[in-house]
Amino acid sequence: MTDTTTEKAAAKAPTGAVGAPEPAPAPRPARLWRGATPWLFLLAPLALLIVFTYAPIANMVAYSFTDWDGVSPELHYTGAENYAELFTRSDLFEVFWVSGYYLAASVLQIVAALYFATILSFNVRFRNFFKGVLFFPYLINGVAIGFVFLYFFQDGGTLDSVLGLLGVETDRAWLGTPESANTSLAAVSVWRYLGLNFVLFLGAIQSIPGDLYEAAELDGANRWQQFRYIIAPGIKPVLSLTVILSISGSLSVFEIPYIMTGGATGTETFVIQTVKLAFQFNKTGLASAAAVVLLLIVLAVTWVQRRLVPDDKVDLA
Amino acid sequence: MTRGAVACTLVYLSLIAATVVVLLPLAAVVLTSLKSEQEMAGDSGALALPDDLLNFGNYATAFQDGRMLSAFANTAIILLFAIGGTVLIGSMTAYAIDRFTFRFKKLVVALFLVAALVPGVTTQVATFQIVNSFGLFDSLWAPIVLYMGTDIVSIYIFLQFVRSIPTSLDEAARLDGANAFTIYRKIIFPLLKPAIATVVIVKGITTYNDFYIPFLYMPSEDLGVISTSLFRFKGPFGAHWETISAGAVLVILPTLIVFLLLQRFIYNGFMKGATR
Repeated sequence: MTDTTTEKAAAKAPTGAVGAPEPAPAPRPARLWRGATPWLFLLAPLALLIVFTYAPIANMVAYSFTDWDGVSPELHYTGAENYAELFTRSDLFEVFWVSGYYLAASVLQIVAALYFATILSFNVRFRNFFKGVLFFPYLINGVAIGFVFLYFFQDGGTLDSVLGLLGVETDRAWLGTPESANTSLAAVSVWRYLGLNFVLFLGAIQSIPGDLYEAAELDGANRWQQFRYIIAPGIKPVLSLTVILSISGSLSVFEIPYIMTGGATGTETFVIQTVKLAFQFNKTGLASAAAVVLLLIVLAVTWVQRRLVPDDKVDLA
Repeated sequence: MTRGAVACTLVYLSLIAATVVVLLPLAAVVLTSLKSEQEMAGDSGALALPDDLLNFGNYATAFQDGRMLSAFANTAIILLFAIGGTVLIGSMTAYAIDRFTFRFKKLVVALFLVAALVPGVTTQVATFQIVNSFGLFDSLWAPIVLYMGTDIVSIYIFLQFVRSIPTSLDEAARLDGANAFTIYRKIIFPLLKPAIATVVIVKGITTYNDFYIPFLYMPSEDLGVISTSLFRFKGPFGAHWETISAGAVLVILPTLIVFLLLQRFIYNGFMKGATR
């Protein structure tokens, strides 16, 4: 969709930029002024971008080679020591396994989102109601979600009451063991983020022209075949985007476990650990190294996706 | 039953099941928020109806003792400045990039493009030091500048929209003697209204919900926003689930109202925001 507009814009840009054909070459100061105009517009945006995105990245890389504690004026260059510590101290690296729970959950989440998007793209009664219900959790404040589900999982809370109604008596502390706690938290994350995936898929499916289905139906294609040969290819770009968002999301989980368990009982994620290292234990150097590692992984994942799906519309100008 | 009818029933069953899964945890919290302390002490279960359906006492407690009024005020200030700034910055960037050719344009575009890939959570360790060195730590300005300065998604949204505005409009105005700023202010900006609406909605909801940035940068209790004030319920109200629930409902309610009023814009906005 953007591709064609881009080309047009690119073709138009030079003329639009120099403006209307000049009757005579403008005098020097005027031309200088014209050259400066775009920079005047870009001054504030670029300043903010550099100060709050690029300077932190540069600083972070620099800190990661030091033993800085974040406060004292003194810091020492320690080479790759922080990185060595990160990869050799098993307790620091173990938190990555927690991401596995969220990754597994996001597979489920994508499948469920695809299913609901597909059935709601056909004519279903109360379609808007179901669409709204499925999407709404995505809009809810994360802290509120944390409390809603703390209550849900607590002893004698919502979940136990429901199971009691169904005749199942449980005495389980849902957030009590690492496996159970991580599974529960990953389930909360599915509850929260399913809606976004669902709406993205639904949008992609609905942008497929309707007469394709009609033609397929005339040719005797059933619902599964329609999904396989019309819907699936149509949503490929959105699907690949979703996969990327899920992977980088699973690696940088923070809010739900931090609010609900504070990282206790083996639910600490990589970001929680980094935040604790930096702001509780004042190990800015080590925390920076951890953040650099995470950043590199996320960028690598994105790069791989861009290579696998090259026709993605990621052009900016 | 025919095969079609079975399939149809299964479809509706799955939709109803999903609805229950989404709404049940929320319903339980709403019910709990209406219960008195005594009811909570009695072992009635989370799904039991409260004795008095109009018992709003917990809401008053949550609102006053939880300092929700100042939280809503702080959030409103941040929203106002952050959204205003984002709209200005995003539209100016989009105008400059789309309507001008200049040296290093490719580099500038690449800078914005790459920044979109950097997940904000990872760089906060170092961003914190920069915000601190500006003396913005523990002030409302910290989240405001961070929300303004690191929002690449809205630049994308504006850029797509600026492209769709014909350049002949600019040229006509230029012939009438308008300079670049007049064109931006009088022609481009007013025509960007739909894009502005999208950005305001998406940015508004994500800012309202953000926890990480206010939590890191505004530890003072006076500077609590919705998220951090609600988070602080954990301490003083410890096991008082009826108060915590009331607080959670108070936070969710404005979102629900906005969602019901602006549904269509919200779907479109988040779709544009995510697929860029």
